[in-house]
Parts: sequence; C-alpha cells; structure tokens
Amino acid sequence: MDFLITILQLIDGTIRVSTPLILAALAGLCSERGGVIDIGLEGKMLGAAFVAATVAYMTGSAWLGLLAAIAASVALSLIHGFASITHHGNQVVSGMAINIIVAGLAPTIGNAIFHINGDTPPLPHAARFTAIDLPFAASLADVPVIGPVYSGVISGHSFTTYLAFALVPFVAWMLYKTRFGLRLRAVGENPEAVDTAGVSVQWLRYRAVMIAGVLCGIAGTSLSTSLGASFIRDMTAGKGYLALAAMIFGKWRPKTTLLACLIFAFTDTLQARLQGVELPVVGEIPVQFIIMLPYALTVFLLAGFVGKVVAPAADGEPYIKEH
Amino acid sequence: MVHKLMRVFLAVILMTLLAGTALAAGPLKAALIYDMGGKFDKSFNEAAYKGAEMFRKEFGDKYRDFEPTNETQYEQAIRRFASRGTDIIVVVGFSYQGVLEKMAPEFPDTKFVIIDSEVKQPNVLSIQFKEHEGSFLVGMIAAMKAKGDTVGFVGGMDVPLIRKFHLGYEEGVHYVKPNAKVLMNMTGTTPSAWADPIRAGELARGQMDRGAEVVYAAAGSSGNGVLQAAADAGRFSIGVDSNQNYLHPGSVLTSMVKRVDLAVFDALKSAREGHFKGGSLHLGLKEGGVDYALDEYNKDLITEEMKAKVDDAKAKIISGEIKVTDYFDIMDK
Repeated sequence: MDFLITILQLIDGTIRVSTPLILAALAGLCSERGGVIDIGLEGKMLGAAFVAATVAYMTGSAWLGLLAAIAASVALSLIHGFASITHHGNQVVSGMAINIIVAGLAPTIGNAIFHINGDTPPLPHAARFTAIDLPFAASLADVPVIGPVYSGVISGHSFTTYLAFALVPFVAWMLYKTRFGLRLRAVGENPEAVDTAGVSVQWLRYRAVMIAGVLCGIAGTSLSTSLGASFIRDMTAGKGYLALAAMIFGKWRPKTTLLACLIFAFTDTLQARLQGVELPVVGEIPVQFIIMLPYALTVFLLAGFVGKVVAPAADGEPYIKEH
Repeated sequence: MVHKLMRVFLAVILMTLLAGTALAAGPLKAALIYDMGGKFDKSFNEAAYKGAEMFRKEFGDKYRDFEPTNETQYEQAIRRFASRGTDIIVVVGFSYQGVLEKMAPEFPDTKFVIIDSEVKQPNVLSIQFKEHEGSFLVGMIAAMKAKGDTVGFVGGMDVPLIRKFHLGYEEGVHYVKPNAKVLMNMTGTTPSAWADPIRAGELARGQMDRGAEVVYAAAGSSGNGVLQAAADAGRFSIGVDSNQNYLHPGSVLTSMVKRVDLAVFDALKSAREGHFKGGSLHLGLKEGGVDYALDEYNKDLITEEMKAKVDDAKAKIISGEIKVTDYFDIMDK
C-alpha cells in the first residue's frame, strides 16, 4: 500500500511539473507545424513569467497577470514573425535573439521597478493560481481506489495545469479536424501548394506563431504564479529547450508530445523522490547520479526508442513568393 | 598628433593614479562581493548586505558591491576591486575559497574577509559559523512542533557546508524524538542550486507528501520556494541565515539566524579603526554567531515549554554538556 501511495504521489508531482513543459511543447508544435522553427520558447516563457508576476503583483489579480503575459508573449512572437516570416530571416537566429533579449531585459526592468535583484516580490495568495479542489474531493478521499486517485492525483492542481491538459486534445482537434489546421499543416509541408490555392502563406504563419505566443504566455504564467510565487531570474532554467526536445520526441504530434513531456516530468519528480532514499539491492544512490537521470534518459530514448523523426518538410524554410 | 594624444592619455592615467592614492588616506574603501544567490536573497547574502549598510550608517563610509552572475566573474571582481586600491574586500560565500587562495598573496596590501570558509593567508580573515549548533536548536523546535515522527530538510547545493546544517538539524531532532525520521533533499550540485526555488519547492512538496510536518530550508534563495510550498500546504517551515519569520507568518516556525551582518560589520569596523587582523574566527552559540529567531511573527507558534527546552539545550551546548557533531570533523573519516 505504501508503494502504491508513493506511485500516486509521483504521478501527482509529474502532473504539476509537466504543466509548463506541455504548454511550451504545444506552442513549439503549432509554430513548427506551420513551418516556423521556434527556438525562442524559452525566452517567451521567461518574458511571460516576468510580466505575469509583475502585473499580478501590481493589480492583485492572477487573471490580469495571465492576460498581460499572453499579450507580452504574443508581442515577442510577432517580433519573431516579423524577422522570419516578413523578412525571411533565419528562424533559429531570430528565436535565439529573443531568448537572449528577454534573459537580460526582464531582470533589468524588474530591478528598475522593484529594486530586488531583478526578481519580483512574492505574490500574495489571492494573486496566484493556487490549487483547486475539485467537487467531492474531500468526501471521496476515503473511498478505496477511486478516493486516492481522484482526490490525491486528479484534484488539487491549479487552473493552468488543468488548462494545459485540456489544450492537448484541443490542439489535436484544431490541427486535424479544422480547415485552419489542414492549411496550417499544409503550409509547414508545402507552402507553394497553399499559395497556389490562393491562401496567404504569410498570414497563416503569423497565426501559427501567435498561437505559440498565447501558449507560451500561459506556460510562463504557470511558472511564476502557480508553481512559484514570484519571478526569479532565469527561472525557466532550460524548460523551453526541454519542451523543444519533447516536441521532437513526440514527432510533432500533440498526443505523443504530451507523452514525452510526461516522461521528462516523471524523471524530474522521480529524482526528487530518489534522493537520500535507501533502495533495495543498490542502497543509497549518490545525488549527482540521480540528478543526471533525466539527461541520461533523453539520450537513451533518442538513441533507442523514438525511431525515425521527420520534421515538417518546410520547417525552417522562409517562403519567398516567385513572381 | 598621435604623440600628442598619447601624452594626454598618459597624463590622464597619471592623474587618476595620483587621485587614487590621495583618496586612500580618506575614508575606508570597502567592497562586498556576493555569492551567486544574489544580493537580495532574503537570506545569506542579504545578511552581509545588511552588515555593510549598518557600517555605512554608523561611519558614513560608502562601500561598493558586486553581484556575480557566473563563477568566472569571481576572480575578475576581486582583481578589479583590489587593483583599484580597495582597502578591504569582503567575499560572501565558500565558493570564493579557491579564488581567494590565489588572489590574497597577489594583493598583500589588501585586506580580505571570507565568510563560510577558511583561507590561510596573513591578510585574510576567515569567518566561519557553527551552523550545526544553531541547526540543532531549530531541529529541536521542529521535532517538538511535529505531531508525528517525520520532518524534512531541503539543502541548496550539495556541499559539506550544507551537510553540516543537516547533521546538526538531525541531531537536534533526535535529541527530542530519538526515532524521528529526517527526510533530506539537495536542490542540485551546481551553484545554480542556490537560485532554483521551483525545484526546491517541489522537493519540499515531495517531503510533505511523505509526511514531513516541518521542513528546514538551508538553500539560500531557493529556500523561498520551500517556505512558499510549506505555507501553501499549511505546514511549517524553518528559514535560514537571515530572520525569515516575517515571510509567511504562521507558517515559518523559526529561522536559524547566522549573524553574517554582525560579522561583516565587525570586520569593516576593525579595518576602519586600524586593528584588522588576519586569522580565523568560529562563531557559535557562545559568541552569538548563530541562534534561533523568536519575534512577533512566530511567538504564537513557539510555546513557553518549547522555548524553555530549547534555551536549556542552548545553555548546555554553550557549557559543552551537549556536543553537536560538526560535519567537517567527520566528513573525511
């Protein structure tokens, strides 16, 4: 029974940790399915985290923080779009530029406003997206099997976490079942064909990067107002790149991407639980080894399990109309 | 033309040099270099900053400070301050040990102070704290507050210094409840572990899921994530270095305060008054270097009975009746 409870706690932690990863990976997926490489996930998330924390602190409302963060993140997306769609610039360079600009700009502005080392002050409880207890969570807690699963794992996450999981089927539906999704996929595979059909390639790609902006905005908000309670320098700590890796593992498909994000989050949670625990046979594993686990797993998966990974054909190719 | 420019250039350099030496006779030129946790980490570095501020208010001497953003800046920062004729440089944190061992002989006329580590050079004052003694006391408080038998510890970077906190804490817990379990996690193994509150918070949540009722954070800036997680869960946490009781009143049980502020202040003062001496200081409960914090934010959490017990143990540690194990004494064995 103890073992089962540990498993449930691990799953609970995994769901929490995976939130920003899922959102950012979906953002990358939407953008790259439309043919625009988005290495700037990290920067957009960081920018959104900063704006969300700042606005939530100043207004006392997490919702306003979320809206402002989405606006900021979309603005960064548009810069990326302007450079790489309108002006056919190199998409990797433009995305990297966003990462570097935000990493410097956010703490600088933060320092100018709050004078605490580039961070934002801790948010009061009311200005955060805190754990939501789903209906009947308390009363069902004692029911065997369903109780621990429902109230321990499914209930008690924040709004952004539920939103992240809800967005996976939504993005899948949008990509595969709507006309917009079909065109979006087409523009990432064969923009000439889309252009021939009389649909604007540029406008489609702009919409793709804006969707990525919205998703990164939510991801950043979840970092600074839900998982954490303030903006801290470099708080994304490589999650944007990890999301990019998850998207590639997931072969640019929403459901497999979700799975990849969950695997990453699970190893992260697992390593937290394994520290200082006596395991049968092997005994206590050194901390350094445990911290290495997620990275080792990445290499292992990439080498052995994922199989052939094919990016959208026009991913990263600027579309230049021939006259 | 080029020659003229050169001459002007040289003259300017000469004048700056002269001005530099002229200034040295005036007020004390002090510099503070923080660790990677950053100046306002509400903890260790902030305590050093407060000490320097105290000095500035009392004597009116301005000081300069610097926050490195990566390890390669450690040496540059020390070199820059030292070569500009700074009288005394305080480096905050054990990470400076290697760099200072190299730089102190290079600038024999500059006085150095290093916190949390020892550098054996005639011009270096090494200030270390007996964190294990303070941690013992907060461990006792944690054990007395917990209804069950599990408490937690979240460290920053996995280094002997943090293990020292942990060992003292564990002994304090076991002093009250010999069978209690102390869960332990480290945030990371690189200096960035001092500034990763999200991961530290997740570690604390993990410990609380496993039953920890009180979590002690010895993790610099990352500790804020632990305190936040405990406050969110309605559990208790223990702050470190600075008094962090005010951060989440009602949830922060107490703080293991390390009087870095007083140590910095005293060092700067002695340099100003001309009796600065290199050497090594070990500040414990007896010297007032470490203690547990009791103020208006946590007075309702600590009962009279708990306070009496802790103060009794404190007296016994000072008199030598209770010996708290120093991790540094056992780590190589």
